Amino acid sequence: MPDTRPTTLFTLTERAMSAQLVRMNAATSNLANAGSVASSADQAYRPIRAVFTAELDRASGLTSVSSGQLVRSATEPTKTYDPGHPLADPDGFVFEAGVDESAEMVEIMESARQYQNMVEALQTAKQLMLDTLRSK
Amino acid sequence: MSEALFGIHGAALEVRSQRMGVLASNIANAATPGYKARDVDFATALDAKLTQGRGTVPAMSGGADAPLVYRTPTMPSLDGNTVELNREQLAFAENALAYSATLSFVQGKANVLTRALKGE
Repeated sequence: MPDTRPTTLFTLTERAMSAQLVRMNAATSNLANAGSVASSADQAYRPIRAVFTAELDRASGLTSVSSGQLVRSATEPTKTYDPGHPLADPDGFVFEAGVDESAEMVEIMESARQYQNMVEALQTAKQLMLDTLRSK
Repeated sequence: MSEALFGIHGAALEVRSQRMGVLASNIANAATPGYKARDVDFATALDAKLTQGRGTVPAMSGGADAPLVYRTPTMPSLDGNTVELNREQLAFAENALAYSATLSFVQGKANVLTRALKGE
């Protein structure tokens, strides 16, 4: 649902923060599903990624961000031979979710950094606005 | 803001505030694929504001009309995003400092006027 409020520094920051949260949630879901096993390549978990889109507000000249869509990555699941596994297919193979744990960790850290950046920028901007407002 | 009262500083404060928004937009879009970082060309923007204030050209409508320039990235990234966070942070800090400086000039002017009015 498009947001109809005018874009200010505050709504810009709010949207950027929620977009980063969606990204962090996606990476966390991937981490949670790392090592999950399925009996066919189609059923195996595939990592999800948040894709951001920029939203230009022509009235104020500000560009906010939204996490427009979530895409499933095309990473193929790892096929392992494990005939004793309860989920093994008739040939004795299991399919493990193709999640790169380190990449997901880095994704979460980067997301947290950018979230912090936005908070920091808003704090500075807010302080300047207050200074302007309180000037006598 | 009146140029007669605050000189260049009134216009400068407006441009600084506009630039703060543009830089914040860059920081917000640090992870958006294909986003091109932009910045306000301060000198041109200030000139435009001043000439506009003198009434020689019709007033510009909104902030979006400020003369924006695209950043040239030192290291282009694979997804077409040209935001370099450290650069944006530095520009934001510099802009915040300049905003404070301009604000104190404006406040100083206002103080002078208040004192003159009170006749102290």
